[in-house]
Amino acid sequence: MTKSFNLDGQGIAFEDGQTILQAAEAAGVYIPHLCHHPDYSPHGSCKLCTVKVNGRICSACTFPAAEGQEVISNSRELQDDRKKITQMLFVEGNHLCPGCEKTGNCKLQAVGYYLNMLDNHFPHFYPGRGLDASHPDVLLDHNRCIFCTLCVRASHKDGKDVFAISGRGINKRLIINSASGLLKDSALSAEDRAAHICPTGAILIKRTGYQIPIGRRIYDHHGIDQIDTDMDTEPAHGS
Amino acid sequence: MAAKIRIATTSLAGCFGCHMSFLDLDERLLQLADVVEFDRSPLTDIEHCGRCDIGLIEGGVCNSENVHVLREFRKNCKTLVAVGACALNGGLPALRNFIALEACLQESYLDGIGVENPQIPSDPELPLLLDKVHPLHEIVKIDYFLPGCPPSADVFWKFLTDLIEGREPELPYELVHYD
Repeated sequence: MTKSFNLDGQGIAFEDGQTILQAAEAAGVYIPHLCHHPDYSPHGSCKLCTVKVNGRICSACTFPAAEGQEVISNSRELQDDRKKITQMLFVEGNHLCPGCEKTGNCKLQAVGYYLNMLDNHFPHFYPGRGLDASHPDVLLDHNRCIFCTLCVRASHKDGKDVFAISGRGINKRLIINSASGLLKDSALSAEDRAAHICPTGAILIKRTGYQIPIGRRIYDHHGIDQIDTDMDTEPAHGS
Repeated sequence: MAAKIRIATTSLAGCFGCHMSFLDLDERLLQLADVVEFDRSPLTDIEHCGRCDIGLIEGGVCNSENVHVLREFRKNCKTLVAVGACALNGGLPALRNFIALEACLQESYLDGIGVENPQIPSDPELPLLLDKVHPLHEIVKIDYFLPGCPPSADVFWKFLTDLIEGREPELPYELVHYD
């Protein structure tokens, strides 16, 4: 007999070893997330997938599904929490959408749209972060990094370990595995999955930014809950 | 006939793009004019804000005059609305927040390419620049936010008709854009 748990009143079948998020995705139910990707082991850092499991707050991307669980995801309370989390992500970095090539294809922005987030609520940090434009094909803008570590995990699986996170708290930053610390001296190539996995505009493939005009991009007319939420949003190099 | 709803508008550290988008209401402006009248606004040239129902503010806060104007609006407007990316998060002008103010002035007025007669403007009539550009909600309480660069005419229409007709303003997915 198939095992199942209850998600917002709907029975969700799962297999042993699956997380709540994996089972929900397999059933076509969207739980907001940014640091989760089905191809990589869960990280549990962005907290957008926060759900209530039997009355307790858990990250759906790391919490194992179990028989008979009562899971609440789409409640007003949790959506408000997710909006606050997204607002904190926006004010912690420098997310100035009108000037970003990723706009319309950005998952951070798309989650904001999905949650009907109309303002940033909190005071802005405006942290002074840098830009690494040294690589011939890939741009790294630290201003837009949300430390989801998807590039770290992807580059590890690519067999290159180009990226890592260093420091803690406000001093946390993405670092590059090269003697100079610059992307151009690392093993990264534009064909690497790590160059395409970024949910925001922190890692961009150069010379592709405006091939698709604003207004015809992935999330311009369709909510992130309505389309394949785990698709790569950076175009192939030279495409 | 009931008194018309009074609306004031201004652009602080903005580009007037949001005002241009407002004018994109085109013939709907005539419908709007049946129920609203404008107080202080670049559209009327009234210099100071009287008692108003709605204040629409474009742009962030980059100098001392912006702070005074914003406070004047807050004092006089029952409902204060932050309009556009710059009002919400500083926008493009906030790119100077990563550079020391002195370095900005030096580059713009002393060392920049093509600068003639280099001098930093210091006329007492010029408002003093703030150290950083700020979004409106860091200075005064804001009641509603209209994101977009600029918010489309449809955003203004949906928001104003909701508010004027006594509904809680709501923007559907299609009208929410940060770009």
